[in-house]
Amino acid sequence: MQSQSQTMNGAKPFKILETYRPLPGAPDELMTAGGDIRPAWRKFMRHFCDLSEDDIRRRFRRGDQYLKDAGVFYRQFSSEGSQIRSWPYSHVPVLIGEQEWSAICSGLIQRAELLEDVVKDIYGDNNLVSQGLLPPSLIAENKEWLRPLVGVQPASGNFLHFLAFEIGRGPNGDWWVLGDRTQAPAGAGFAIENRVASSRIFTDLFEETNVHRLAGFFIEFLNTLRSLSQGAEDRIGILTPGRLTDTYYEHAYIARYLGVMLLEGEDLAVENGKVMVRTVDGLRPISVLWRRLDATFADPLELAETSQLGTPGLVEAARQGNINLINALGSGILETRALLAFLPKISRTLRDEPLSLPNIATWWCGHEKERLHVLKNAGNMMIGNAFTTSLPFSKDEGTALGVNFSDNPQKLAEQLEAKGQYLVGQEAVSLSTTPVFQDGQLQPRPMTLRCFALRTPNGWTIMPGGYARIGLSEDTQVIDLQRGGVVSDVWIVSQNPVDTPTLVQQDDMSYKRAQLGTLPSRAADNLFWLGRYAERAESLLRLLRAYHIRLSEFEEPNSSILKLLSHQLTVYSATPGPNELDALIGILNAAINSAGQLRDRFSDDGWSALNTLLSEALNAQNGPELSSDDQARAISTLIQQLSAFSGLVQENMYRFTGWRFLSIGRSLERAINTTTSLISFTNPTAPTGSLDLALELGDSAISHRRLYNVATHRRSVLDLLALDPLNPRSVFFQICEIRDQISLLPWAVSDGQMSPLARAVLKAHTELSVQTPESLTIDVLQSIKSHISDLSTEVAKTYFN
Amino acid sequence: MLYEISMNITYVYDIPAAGGRQRLYLAPKSIPDVQTVNHFSIEVSPKPSEIFTSHDFFGNDVHSIAFRESHSKISFQMNCEVMREPQKFNHSKSPDLRSMDKLLANQTEISALSPWHFAGASPRLRHVSEIEAYAKALVQPDMPVLDVVTHINQSLHRDLTFNSHATDVHTPVEVAFENKHGVCQDFSHIMIACLRSIGVPAGYVSGFLRTFPPPGKPRLEGADAMHAWVRAWLGPDIGWVELDPTNNIFAGEDHIITAYGRDYSDVAPVKGVLRIAGVQSSSHSVDVRPLEVSAN
Repeated sequence: MQSQSQTMNGAKPFKILETYRPLPGAPDELMTAGGDIRPAWRKFMRHFCDLSEDDIRRRFRRGDQYLKDAGVFYRQFSSEGSQIRSWPYSHVPVLIGEQEWSAICSGLIQRAELLEDVVKDIYGDNNLVSQGLLPPSLIAENKEWLRPLVGVQPASGNFLHFLAFEIGRGPNGDWWVLGDRTQAPAGAGFAIENRVASSRIFTDLFEETNVHRLAGFFIEFLNTLRSLSQGAEDRIGILTPGRLTDTYYEHAYIARYLGVMLLEGEDLAVENGKVMVRTVDGLRPISVLWRRLDATFADPLELAETSQLGTPGLVEAARQGNINLINALGSGILETRALLAFLPKISRTLRDEPLSLPNIATWWCGHEKERLHVLKNAGNMMIGNAFTTSLPFSKDEGTALGVNFSDNPQKLAEQLEAKGQYLVGQEAVSLSTTPVFQDGQLQPRPMTLRCFALRTPNGWTIMPGGYARIGLSEDTQVIDLQRGGVVSDVWIVSQNPVDTPTLVQQDDMSYKRAQLGTLPSRAADNLFWLGRYAERAESLLRLLRAYHIRLSEFEEPNSSILKLLSHQLTVYSATPGPNELDALIGILNAAINSAGQLRDRFSDDGWSALNTLLSEALNAQNGPELSSDDQARAISTLIQQLSAFSGLVQENMYRFTGWRFLSIGRSLERAINTTTSLISFTNPTAPTGSLDLALELGDSAISHRRLYNVATHRRSVLDLLALDPLNPRSVFFQICEIRDQISLLPWAVSDGQMSPLARAVLKAHTELSVQTPESLTIDVLQSIKSHISDLSTEVAKTYFN
Repeated sequence: MLYEISMNITYVYDIPAAGGRQRLYLAPKSIPDVQTVNHFSIEVSPKPSEIFTSHDFFGNDVHSIAFRESHSKISFQMNCEVMREPQKFNHSKSPDLRSMDKLLANQTEISALSPWHFAGASPRLRHVSEIEAYAKALVQPDMPVLDVVTHINQSLHRDLTFNSHATDVHTPVEVAFENKHGVCQDFSHIMIACLRSIGVPAGYVSGFLRTFPPPGKPRLEGADAMHAWVRAWLGPDIGWVELDPTNNIFAGEDHIITAYGRDYSDVAPVKGVLRIAGVQSSSHSVDVRPLEVSAN
């Protein structure tokens, strides 16, 4: 494009833009129809175009690597079930000038206020219905109108605290609201992740482009949560449907980012109308829940009775004004698509002002005049379910372009006549486009913006940014993340330098430590099992390696020592042979499952170490069959990776209560596995070489050599692996660990009495203390093993129920 | 008619329930000119940690209870004395079926009494084309809507077989309709679906039925457990009328009203039991005894 290079003050030609042309009929964010770069983009593009293609790719890889390391994902649903997909990131941000943005903000704030008025009325006096501004059936037949909440005043006095809006730019260049997200708006966490990625890709440009920062918005968010909880930080939580939901990653991320608890319905209990969290320290009150769970699932007693995700009694707690819910239960009704048909008039009537940011033109087909309009203009309409809460442009099943009826207008007329009140027509506007980098070039693709609004004690504020959803085809009428769209960061650019707030405590904020005791029981349970699984994986790997070393060195597969090893492997459901890693993969999956429910408490490094380990194990399992020698080496690599994970946990995790559970789980598992190993390999009837094997499995061969100047002997092995208080591989060492950790947990002592758990630990400890290597017969070892196994049950009884 | 009503519901669990929370729709309500509750008591065993009463959206009395201790058996004993009047409404004012849409459209409020709650689908009653076809074949647009509801009441009684073993509380309405059998809950659900499909708002009534009939009258079906019947909205002049399709009669002096809802899910007698895995057995007994002889 000749004209472009000339418009940029004679600077270098925009090579990367040479083929960039706005699509006919659709405005483009980057470029005017005449080919000029829009002002907000100029500085950015000038730098961007200076970059070599190699540099661009290198930068994009940096962003991808960040997202991958952070484990950003979302869950995609299909007819075959759901799967985890990496975050579909488009590296080029969307740039919007500060002035244009400020007009959008005032439109969105006006809209937020209007929506509050509407929802207050719908759950209150219902004047909108009696004045004819809303059809009664739209409320009475609406699944999101939650009758148990009618007449209930939200504790804070407001229904809405945090909203998202999907907006798009229409063909004439004006912005339109495409949909309101009032139920449990997703994406604020993704906006931060996108921002971190884009600022890593464009570190230099980001600094120079005067991009408004997002952190200030989240500081306000945290302050708002604090003010709703009257300052009690440990009374704030995020209520998530759990890790099978499509945006679970984001819930965990934002919980970690804000430093608040991530809770599921079963973590909560309602007592005397108050919401409590089940923690390892008993029930603790909570006063603010940022609800990411759809309201109908929130309480099986009064809402959807089949919900497995909710908390019985939550509605009652809301009714009694004892819990602040962001947003109030029932707010989801505002997402009803047909409502868009009525908001313009409601705004004029209730607030005496037109919508400054119009919403997509919508006609509810329950009234004759509108029905006829939709029929007449069907060619330019999307016709769909009046009650749906899905966004236009996402094409849920049910929504079809009116064009599809063009060969059969009669059928459409009949449908509209019979089911008009269930149908809605929306103008099929096309969207503006924004550049994405595809095939080495920038190409225009349609986009919508997701914006976020927060009610602060001083009124609504809009996040200066958000994210863009971008369709990957040129069809400017369809964008759907679930069907392969991408997202990118949104930069609001100023002409002047901007403030750079951070979420790090400000000086004027009172500095307060979070309570260490608020560990939900479910999280403790998962941490405990994560510890056990990781240790179990290691024991299994050591056994497998020992098997292969012997097989490669000298043994016949049916020699007695290999038979004993095979038998020992059955304890872990493993069988030497082509599928020998199946059991390991099962254990690693279980560990990842536990860790997956702990993403808010668990470092990205730990998470990524576990996942790497699993994929290595899968590679080894699916790879060519190796000689025993090579297989032993491959297993050694896995053991080293596992140690890397354990090291991260051991070295880097803060000694919160949660770490103690992980540690207890690991110690218990190691104590059990070592005892099991000793029972088999120190049995006087065990084949020659068994004692050395026990030392090898216990990683204690070197210590043994240094400590005992003798050949391996049953007594020396038992001394080192069962009784030695200084050997971290010994059973006694682990029992001491468990005893020490449990003494630091809540309930260790109550009313001056030891808890049953503490007593059981002491018993195991004493039982071992009085033994000598000579007295450790196989029977005694069996008894010790069963007492240690009982500890696991006691831990669960004391803390996880 | 004055009644003394007693009811016992007992659940026994396989594994002790660790606690739990329930909402009970067991208390007959006082309704001006229809029925008066003279006294009422409910005993829950074991003793719950919480018990309180409230009203739901439709104005029903609800008892909420919560247990903190584990228990392997739970029972509810309800006793009350209720005076029930005959059902009265103006037979002469019935509008035509075809005018129902318009009469409904004129209703511009959605308080608990509004017919709008009962016009469309509800949690347990989605639209079923077969039921719509059945209902449409029975009626004409120019029929007075009072005749419409009476006729459908009659037809269902004729076409459905009462069978207390064929369905349970979870049976979907289309299944009960396809097999043409069930208990009062199924009869009522099918009738409500019929009426809504032809534009007559209709709801679900749960309550009790006189256990032993007056001398010379047949024993009614549904008296040995909680009963259910139907209320239909016949326009603003007549208002709500209650019919019992299980027995092909208008509800009247023999019917003691506990709760109004859109369908069973709104007024299930004990909500929250579903949460507890392994209900081993449940028993349910009702006695509705007249305390005076009817004047006629």
